[in-house]
Amino acid sequence: MLTVENLTFRTNQRTLLTQLSFEARAGELLAIVGPNGAGKSTLLKLCAGEQKPTAGTIALHATPLSAYSSKQLALCRGMLHQQNTLAFPVRVHELVLMGRYPHYGTHPSPADYSIAEAALETVGMQAFSNRIVSTLSGGEQQRVQLARVLAQVWAVPNGLLLLDEPTTGLDLLHQHQLLDVARQMAQQGFAVLAVLHDLNMAAQYADQILMLRAGQLEAYGTPNDVLTASLVEHVFGLPVKRLENPCHHCPLIVPVPTFSSAFTQ
Amino acid sequence: MAIEQLYTDQPITRKPITPTESLPAVRRPWLLPVLVAGLLATVLVSVGVGAVFISPAEVLTMAGHCVGLAAAPDEMKTAILTTIRLPRVCLGLLIGSGLAVAGAAMQGLFRNPLADPGLIGISSGASLAAVCMIVLELTLFQQLGGLLGYYALSLVAFLGACGTTLLVYRLARVAGQSVVTTMLLAGIAINALAGALTGLLTYMATDDQLRTITFWSLGSLGGASWTTVLALLPFTGVVLVGLPRLAKSLNLLSLGESQAAMLGVNLTGLKRQVIVLSTLAVGTSVAVAGIIGFVGLVIPHLIRLVAGADHRRVLIGSALGGAIVLTGADALARTIVAPAELPIGILTALLGTPVFLWMLINERTRS
Repeated sequence: MLTVENLTFRTNQRTLLTQLSFEARAGELLAIVGPNGAGKSTLLKLCAGEQKPTAGTIALHATPLSAYSSKQLALCRGMLHQQNTLAFPVRVHELVLMGRYPHYGTHPSPADYSIAEAALETVGMQAFSNRIVSTLSGGEQQRVQLARVLAQVWAVPNGLLLLDEPTTGLDLLHQHQLLDVARQMAQQGFAVLAVLHDLNMAAQYADQILMLRAGQLEAYGTPNDVLTASLVEHVFGLPVKRLENPCHHCPLIVPVPTFSSAFTQ
Repeated sequence: MAIEQLYTDQPITRKPITPTESLPAVRRPWLLPVLVAGLLATVLVSVGVGAVFISPAEVLTMAGHCVGLAAAPDEMKTAILTTIRLPRVCLGLLIGSGLAVAGAAMQGLFRNPLADPGLIGISSGASLAAVCMIVLELTLFQQLGGLLGYYALSLVAFLGACGTTLLVYRLARVAGQSVVTTMLLAGIAINALAGALTGLLTYMATDDQLRTITFWSLGSLGGASWTTVLALLPFTGVVLVGLPRLAKSLNLLSLGESQAAMLGVNLTGLKRQVIVLSTLAVGTSVAVAGIIGFVGLVIPHLIRLVAGADHRRVLIGSALGGAIVLTGADALARTIVAPAELPIGILTALLGTPVFLWMLINERTRS
């Protein structure tokens, strides 16, 4: 569904992404992993159409992203950002309804309200509907923002969902719940791209993994193929052991650090 | 595949959607009706107060006479009302609503509840241009004054406002994208520069010129006439219609610039529209009435406290609230030291500062 070919992105004379090619298919959850500064968020922004590639093409449904208007994209592409700060005391239900803004003119229809409510229920925050968002905890705010993004693309059959480090700040239950929702969205026909830091969560939930280092594509394939001990050690610079996860039948990466003492006497 | 085909109204969902019976209630739905009623009451009272008192009942009789419902009222009082009081009240309504709605939109644009149209140089540019005209007495200005008479100063002030705003906007447009924080910083720098130049000119001014400068920079609705009202009306009209139409986009902008872009907001267009419309409102009002501070800052903030963060209500509420406050303040300004008149800028600052400080402290204790 989302086809990226020879994508290069340069800004301020620095090359952030070099010659990337991959495809995010409908029905698949694609995890983007890599060390800090590898260009994961930049890649997501390019896929969202927020920034234009220096070279190469990104096509959604075989049409280049640049051919879409921002309004058209808003109807079929949702993105959850890493940082979400609110300027004003917005209430939870107002925030989630903002996800429906691209779909209505002046007044929301009953369907818009229902979708907003269903999205809020999906993230388990319906009890907080009347609270001011900034008074919630960090993880709760993240879930409400996810509900807003879900509401935006709720009724779209073949949409694109981009998640930039969605599990940051969430507790164990909600990390898994979030990725479960992401996978269910994929099963509905979405292409889901998620930047993840936890390799084991990527192994458990992703259909494909894209491994980046310094703007270069290091590996791209199924978790089984990508998450090998040598590749992870090469990309992250940390010795690891690869075990077999007996519950989910996917790789289990266990770090075996050999750090020198940080405090010399 | 085209987007239209992709997007169906038939929701495919994990959980069945049942249409909600009760839609989320609007918070404090009484706010806008109360503001409208307050506005009518303020107008009724403020056209009445002054050297000759006209009671609200008399005002209503005059209004009734106009549509042929009531007996002919006192002719002198009718004359005072239509030629002196009414234009002044109308000017207050236009300027108050324009300043407050521009303030609300600026706060939305800068994503900062403490932003003010003065921040991006609108007011300081207008005063610099006006002081230039008063002090330098250049041939160009004199010719302009000969052509336009009383309005020359207003026009020059308005051009000054547009000029500085444009400069700030250009400075902030680095690499084709205008960054709001850069714009804020550029605004502060240009404000300081304009302030320094104004100070220099003030230093050079003669005693007579100083008096004009002081009076102008304190703000007053004393210059009101039907001509000024009619001159201001189209500008304020455009702003009062234009800015509330941007409410949805401003709501999305409060999520963040990238987030708003993801939801289909054209950031460049939105910024441009807010800046042009705000400059129009603030520039014309500074041109006609001098610098009137705090209305654009305090009113939107107060409305937000009551109505919540939705810009649809904040913008309309601010327009109404600004009109009420400025009309009321003007009525006070021309009565408390009668027969003299207090510059209205002094009054709005005197009343606005404590309210603003109270808001700041309140916010700090809450967080």
